[in-house]
Amino acid sequence: MTRTVRVASGQGFWGDSLDAPRQQVEGGPIDYLMLDYLAEVTMSILQKQKERDPAMGYARDFIGAIESVLPAIVERGVKVIANAGGVNPVACAQALVAAIAKAGYAGRVKVGVVTGDDLLPRLDELIAAGHELKHMETGAPLSSVRGRVLSANAYIGSTPIVEALQQGAQIVVTGRSTDTALTMAPLRHEFGWAADSWNQLASGIVAGHILECGAQSSGGNCLHDWRSIPDLANVGYPIAEVQSDGTFVITKHPNTGGRVSVPSVTEQLVYEMGDPRSYITPDVVADFTSIHVAADGENRVRVHGITGGPATPFLKVSIAYRAGYKAVGSLVYCWPDAMEKAQAADRIIRERLDRLGLAFDQILSEFVGANATHGHLAGDGAEAPEVQFRIGVRGADRASVERFTREIAPLVLNGPPSVTGFAGGRPKVEEVIAYWPALIDKRVVTTRVEVVS
Amino acid sequence: MSDDMVKVQLLDISHTRSGDKGDMANCGVIALRPEWYPVLVRELTTERVAAHYGALIAGTVERFELPNLHALNFLLHGALDGGGTLSLKTDAQGKVVSTAMLRLVLTVPAAEARALALPVHIGS
Repeated sequence: MTRTVRVASGQGFWGDSLDAPRQQVEGGPIDYLMLDYLAEVTMSILQKQKERDPAMGYARDFIGAIESVLPAIVERGVKVIANAGGVNPVACAQALVAAIAKAGYAGRVKVGVVTGDDLLPRLDELIAAGHELKHMETGAPLSSVRGRVLSANAYIGSTPIVEALQQGAQIVVTGRSTDTALTMAPLRHEFGWAADSWNQLASGIVAGHILECGAQSSGGNCLHDWRSIPDLANVGYPIAEVQSDGTFVITKHPNTGGRVSVPSVTEQLVYEMGDPRSYITPDVVADFTSIHVAADGENRVRVHGITGGPATPFLKVSIAYRAGYKAVGSLVYCWPDAMEKAQAADRIIRERLDRLGLAFDQILSEFVGANATHGHLAGDGAEAPEVQFRIGVRGADRASVERFTREIAPLVLNGPPSVTGFAGGRPKVEEVIAYWPALIDKRVVTTRVEVVS
Repeated sequence: MSDDMVKVQLLDISHTRSGDKGDMANCGVIALRPEWYPVLVRELTTERVAAHYGALIAGTVERFELPNLHALNFLLHGALDGGGTLSLKTDAQGKVVSTAMLRLVLTVPAAEARALALPVHIGS
């Protein structure tokens, strides 16, 4: 009989359902639970937290998630892989070990920690050694914003996670692992796929891509026939049932809502896709034009035929840097002439900002309810019963952005009529943390694995 | 439009999903039926998509074909006003760029529409 390894997705981003991890562990048989906590901007948020408190800098929700599944994973031998470590995987592992001890499981759950993705402490050394870390879109060298860099992490692949599993870890915590590595690692560990088994590795990446956004492949945010998708209140998160040849079935636990169908899986496959022939990861370059998807019973989709090729000599680096300040405020204008009133308010506030002599890198006005997301394609909004006038500014000078936030509320009494929706108060000034994608020679990034209990 | 041509809207023949990569949005367009995919390949050109979005995107449009999924993938450069945290847009991450795509109306031969059972779009 062919052996099947079941990898379940329990978190698609930091802020996803708190209950999903427990539902995945308790809802039916699984072998691995993968939890993806990191998005491009998450690392910089975590870095700011670490600056305030050196024991912080990881996704704290993860500790609660583990507490919620601990008895069940111990009883059933389910392993957990998570990139919850953020910019401080060691502190995350320490908090985890403490939580495990507090729950009475001290010594019974081995925790693996993967480090080495954090390049911030090495940044000057790397630049001095000729690694320019050029912006992948603009080509500018990192030195142009070096003084404002907050975090710099290499996206690392599945290899160190596989090592942690081989050393007996039941829970593996990483920093900036790729989202797909969290699914790939258990498959390499279980099936022993060779480092050049490109087609199998590519299959692992595609399974990872389908799982990494949580319920977005099992009926959540699914446009296809969306009205008929049942019971999203009790949506089942996706599970990959993988065989050693790389073929897999996407499904979900019985008695859960949502839908796993060819359309739901296909929508996730094209999500955030670039050139489908080269989906680049640290482990393999997968060819998404080779993927075959087919219905395989109710809430089951079979995925097969996937091919891939050798990885590139580079790792992607996610760098975050301070890029000024922004604030966004809004007011709601109502019928009659809602759109015209909102447009008048826009003209007035812009003239006032001019008179105050405030300069910004950008001012953006949107008319939500009329055309904020579809622009000219949505028509002129003339018949809209209500329009949310939304205006934002961005600039280097915090005081100017702060002054802008004082100019919205006065419009309620000294601008166009029929206005409401200001109860939220003055908008907050936020620091802009911008994202700087770069590539680095793989050979200069060394990962380390430690397993503790 | 001549009598032997009819209009077909993407809303009726495809489903879409979009996301972000920096200042670029991607938009996957998946044919609702496999036999409709060749119509998308022929009609939904980069020029057609660029003209549809117009001022909504600052850069160029790239297209990739996925015949295995009966899907096209478009990269819309400069669609997100800086993208990520820089962007002041409501849809800074391009999540609903996909729905604007669905408004696009193609013109195809009436005979082909009949043969493929393409839903004909009434209106502008």
